[in-house]
Amino acid sequence: MAIELKMPALSPTMEEGKLARWLVKEGDEVKSGDILAEIETDKATMEFEAVDEGTVGKILVAEGTEGVKVGTVIAVLAGEGEDASSVQASAPQAEAAPAAEAAPAAESGAAKAEAPARAPAKRDPEIPHGTNMKTSTVREALRDAMAEEMRRDPRVFVMGEEVAEYQGAYKVTQGLLEEFGPQRVIDTPITEYGFAGIGTGAAMGGLRPVIEFMTFNFAMQAIDHIINSAAKTNYMSGGQMRCPIVFRGPNGAAARVGAQHSQNYGPWYANVPGLVVIAPYDAYDAKGLLKAAIRSDDPVVFLENELIYGRTFELPELDEHVLPIGKARIMREGKDVTIVSYSIGVGLALEAAEQLAGEGIDAEVIDLRTLRPLDKETVLESLAKTNRIVVAEEGFPVCSIASEISAICMEEGFDDLDAPVVRVCNEDVPLPYAANLEKAALIDTPRIVEAVRKVCYR
Amino acid sequence: MPKAKTDAGSGAEPAVVSAQDEDFALHSLQEALAADRRYTPNKEELLNLYEQMVLIRRFEERAGQLYGLGLIGGFCHLYIGQEAVAVGLQSALDSNRDSVITGYRDHGHMLAYGIDPKVIMAELTGRAAGISRGKGGSMHMFSVEHKFYGGHGIVGAQVSLGAGLAFAHKYREDGGVAMAYFGDGAANQGQVYESFNMAALWKLPIIFVIENNGYAMGTAVKRGSAETHFHRRGTAFRIPGMQVDGMDVLEVRKAAEVALEYVRAGNGPVLMELNTYRYRGHSMSDPAKYRSREEVQDVREKRDPIEHVKQDLAALGVDEAALKEIDKRVRAQVAESADFAENSPEPELSELYTDVLVERY
Repeated sequence: MAIELKMPALSPTMEEGKLARWLVKEGDEVKSGDILAEIETDKATMEFEAVDEGTVGKILVAEGTEGVKVGTVIAVLAGEGEDASSVQASAPQAEAAPAAEAAPAAESGAAKAEAPARAPAKRDPEIPHGTNMKTSTVREALRDAMAEEMRRDPRVFVMGEEVAEYQGAYKVTQGLLEEFGPQRVIDTPITEYGFAGIGTGAAMGGLRPVIEFMTFNFAMQAIDHIINSAAKTNYMSGGQMRCPIVFRGPNGAAARVGAQHSQNYGPWYANVPGLVVIAPYDAYDAKGLLKAAIRSDDPVVFLENELIYGRTFELPELDEHVLPIGKARIMREGKDVTIVSYSIGVGLALEAAEQLAGEGIDAEVIDLRTLRPLDKETVLESLAKTNRIVVAEEGFPVCSIASEISAICMEEGFDDLDAPVVRVCNEDVPLPYAANLEKAALIDTPRIVEAVRKVCYR
Repeated sequence: MPKAKTDAGSGAEPAVVSAQDEDFALHSLQEALAADRRYTPNKEELLNLYEQMVLIRRFEERAGQLYGLGLIGGFCHLYIGQEAVAVGLQSALDSNRDSVITGYRDHGHMLAYGIDPKVIMAELTGRAAGISRGKGGSMHMFSVEHKFYGGHGIVGAQVSLGAGLAFAHKYREDGGVAMAYFGDGAANQGQVYESFNMAALWKLPIIFVIENNGYAMGTAVKRGSAETHFHRRGTAFRIPGMQVDGMDVLEVRKAAEVALEYVRAGNGPVLMELNTYRYRGHSMSDPAKYRSREEVQDVREKRDPIEHVKQDLAALGVDEAALKEIDKRVRAQVAESADFAENSPEPELSELYTDVLVERY
């Protein structure tokens, strides 16, 4: 059977080109790989190779022809046993429509893909009546979460800088080496990109890594694996290849460590589909959500905060303290205004609420806990009740979680708003070192109080 | 993971390490290969290797053609010329326990690992029947079932990820070895050396395979690499290196056996440099003007890996007719996969939102 040779598209955008030169003539024998012609595009001259063997029957487009449309039959090849001279093109001007046109344009169709509905609202499990409460620092709660999950599942291991023999740069992994040994609590060299990749590969290979970054500032060296390798692979593989990994460590401003060690990466990771992003405030959530993160089949970025590691909170003494991912928590109920926050900002928001109560303003405080997927429902329900909302975030204001909450309120809660949404964030500068400038740059309780007064027109 | 034993103790080592560093087997594998360079196949084995290589070549030629017709979009990197590398290495692996990972020039590896050409071609055309359900494309294909872990689009990422696969083999003590392929271009990425360090430190069961095809996109090796002998690049990490003719499938096979024996014995990683050549541009939209037509033609005529196997087959007494039979079978298989890829439906629009996350929250 005669084989039609069509004008090829030589780049993703090419629609037509010049047939610059034929390197074969009618009657020539060609085999696959032989260069048949040179084709000029707007960018370059490219070689056009034979894919099939045969004899060049008829050349239909002369060399030097400009504006030859992609898909035009430019020559005909006679296959084995055919008489080359008798081969005629069936339809010399037949044009194969370029795929860009042939493929139905997704957006033009009536059918439109809808984002799937969220899972039914989950609540934190009830703490059974009579459960003993104990106090725990956030640091201990995180350690206990890892230790419990390591006892439960032999695939779970912890890897990072100084996590084993040093007992953790911030002592979060204290005691793990002693209990689980060097096979499962692994000190790495200072090589974030490399060990984030090794952790991600191990997760693809079926393990459950917990990768500690000494701080998330250093994870910038490794962000390619978090985003390009861990977050996207399940989707790109059509759901075949999972990556159940937890990247955890302190995030946000610490104290007097300057700009390179002080940044909240919550908004960065929350921007990426394919990741789960958790940023707990107290020990109760730190433990319950880290356990949930380790059990999740998805890659999780778990953002802690150095300044709250040492704070003490109440925790239920339960065998299974696992909390739902993707569910915000109402930390304080109120009716006049909603303050939305997460991580260290929650403590500031609670302080502000106490102060505002003295002024007769009853503030509701919501801890988002999970930044992706974001619990819009809880925020919007609260807005519907209070009609006023302030977002308090220890982080840069531009393209922040606060910006996202503002957008959600505009798009889905506009009719409930009695005042504009107000963001209270850090100042829009790299964090300075000098004590007075650092203080001036960071969010604090008085700024939240002031913003609440503003939205309450007080 | 046990701490690697530092043979010379720690801290107060002499500044100059003795040349008599007998534990360091830098050259031992190269010497073993030099002593016996080529695998000796029986006729059936060699015919099988031939068929796989021809399948890759014909498949890639067809993929190039479909790209030209606009049926394949975006970036499409062909493996033509490099067939002996993936085919030779794969033939030595144990498919029940070993794992493989590579970069974006991945079609050839997948075919060599026995994955159905139809679902590969259908992924290239972005169809629902594609191996990634049309959502990955040429550079992002995976088959967990075949222990083929991609198909990664970021240059060098597969090296760290591959070390992670090796870590998992060691953690589970399943006896598997990971093989991580990357190019001479990726060999200059920083994470490659971070991975070398940890793989050697922890004695991970991994073979690092550098497919040196001479060009990192348009940059010739000598313009981009201070040390162009890539098999030496592991020296700083005490990783033994091997330099292998990647155009000779039997040498590749033999080298793989030498490397696998060393790695399976728990000695840690091996670095193999496979000298090869790609006939086509870096991707379909690369006119490859950074090298002469004569250079390409010279390789085609003198070093072509498929022609090389044909000579070996002739020496074993296989006649032209038997090869024609194989060629015909492969052509039919490739034609069938192209038809399948062209005629399968695109993914349902509802697929847009599937598999972003595994769980619902």
